[in-house]
Amino acid sequence: MARPSRFGDKAFEWLTLAMALTVVVLVVLIGWQLWRGSTLAIQKFGFHFLTTSTWDPVAEQFGALPFIYGTLVSSLIALLIAVPLGIATAAYLTELAPLWIRQPLVSLIEMLAAIPSVILGLWGIFVMIPWLRDYPFPFLKRFFGWIPLFSGPIYGPCMFAGGIIIAIMILPIITSVSREILRSVPDLQREAAYALGATRWEATRIAVLSYAKKGLFGAVILGLGRALGETMAVTMVIGNTPQIAASLFKPGYTLASVIANEFTEATTDMYLQALFEVGLVLFGTTILVNLLAQLLLRTIAVKSATRAVQ
Amino acid sequence: MQFERAHNHTWRKIKSGLACGIAFVSAVLVISPLGLVFFYLLVNGAGSVNWDFFTKLPAPVGAVGGGMANAIVGTLELLAFAGVIGIPTGVLGGVYLAEYGSARINSFLRFLADVLNGIPSITWGVVVYGLVVLRFKGFSAYAGGLALGLIMIPLILRTTEEVILLVPNGYREAALALGVSRWKTIVHIVMKTASKGIITGILLALARVGGETAPLLFTAFGNRFWNHSLSQPIAALPLQIFTYAISPYDDWHRQAWAGALVLVTGVFCVNVTVRILTRGRTASVV
Repeated sequence: MARPSRFGDKAFEWLTLAMALTVVVLVVLIGWQLWRGSTLAIQKFGFHFLTTSTWDPVAEQFGALPFIYGTLVSSLIALLIAVPLGIATAAYLTELAPLWIRQPLVSLIEMLAAIPSVILGLWGIFVMIPWLRDYPFPFLKRFFGWIPLFSGPIYGPCMFAGGIIIAIMILPIITSVSREILRSVPDLQREAAYALGATRWEATRIAVLSYAKKGLFGAVILGLGRALGETMAVTMVIGNTPQIAASLFKPGYTLASVIANEFTEATTDMYLQALFEVGLVLFGTTILVNLLAQLLLRTIAVKSATRAVQ
Repeated sequence: MQFERAHNHTWRKIKSGLACGIAFVSAVLVISPLGLVFFYLLVNGAGSVNWDFFTKLPAPVGAVGGGMANAIVGTLELLAFAGVIGIPTGVLGGVYLAEYGSARINSFLRFLADVLNGIPSITWGVVVYGLVVLRFKGFSAYAGGLALGLIMIPLILRTTEEVILLVPNGYREAALALGVSRWKTIVHIVMKTASKGIITGILLALARVGGETAPLLFTAFGNRFWNHSLSQPIAALPLQIFTYAISPYDDWHRQAWAGALVLVTGVFCVNVTVRILTRGRTASVV
């Protein structure tokens, strides 16, 4: 019998390899394209780009500090809201909830994740902001107005609103990754706690949550990565003013939203270059944050797997 | 002493109940935006979703009525073009990770794919702008489709890999033992067995990029009229919603709500379809 030709096998393997290697090509391509698009700006402004806060397209002076500040503050607000809620929900879904309610809740959270950003932004402009402006914001101002964070006039679109909308955007990912991590905690942990007479909450706190601490941290960092890059919904509610203000009721601006808003208006080369550099900063930051998250999550998965075997 | 211990136990029980209550409230808070968004989409959008909405071009400023026919068709065109780029690349790349390659190379590629899935979608817009729009001197449907297609690659690659790994090895061994060549085994046995899962991944990726706005802002750019050539700017539903939402006109706001309702309905339909598909999957082998 004739040996079958190996050509088909080799060709198919090489074809699939080439396709798999596109991920490498894409990472390199993004980095190279952003770098190439911003060389002039990098040469002209150097490190000052990150530390100055003048954003004046007419005078061709560009400093990205207000955007970096806005991105960090809005992401921080988002994490402060989303982390406790997300982890508590994850604990509810894996440890505390009645069994019949778990799957429907998970499906609903997946549906929330599927809502496009622009639709959440639309809802943010016409529903969330008017509500925030009329009820919670005046309340905060009345009782906590002496803290600079909650002082000053209330406009509507502001840093706080941006943070809240980002929180809504990242809640599904924080919740579902945390849930996966809590699920991977070996049942022996729970059984040991219950055997010692722990209540449901005590078992969750001592045996599950503290065991999964590092993985939960990974979930939070993954959420941070998404928060930093969230674009449309934030652009629609944050107010888009390049300023650094103490009050969260003042409008802000983020790295992603300045690109979204000004890219098509960039009339001069240097303006476009500066926006490419903003993109480069955003790309660099999110890649670092994502690397960290992946590393944290990976060591956890490996570790819990080996422990389960033992 | 006895009393104290009993008291302590009650207190611990109460604390446990409280914690459960707080966790329940958190869960309700997490899903409440879903209900609120859907409620307001129906209230504000349902009235403007009519025959005109699906068949007419956007009305000029001031004129009442009009629709988003061009944006709906535009989104479908962009998705088709994105699919041509993203689906074969992602699926075959996933096949490589699941079937070939050493553990080391694969974990590196997997890692890069996860990192790519985490970068902001607007970055893709900037990159494609530099790659296509600057080079060919103009916004185009090609550029928009390319941006969406590139986003799909790592998404589909990961889901394909996962479902192919679920195919039992016995299937491969049986085919190989019969003298079927390896690539035919993969295409006709392995991929066929995993086809439901692969299609699920593709549909989810399409639903995800179909709602993307940021990568289209300066690639597809948007268009108030019909697109007659793929090298011209093209309208897309999410873009049109964005433009209308930030405009100062009440009539446009109504259109934006209607567009959002249509878009969300589309995305949810795909998600429900996927859920039905995967329900069948758990019943069968893969």
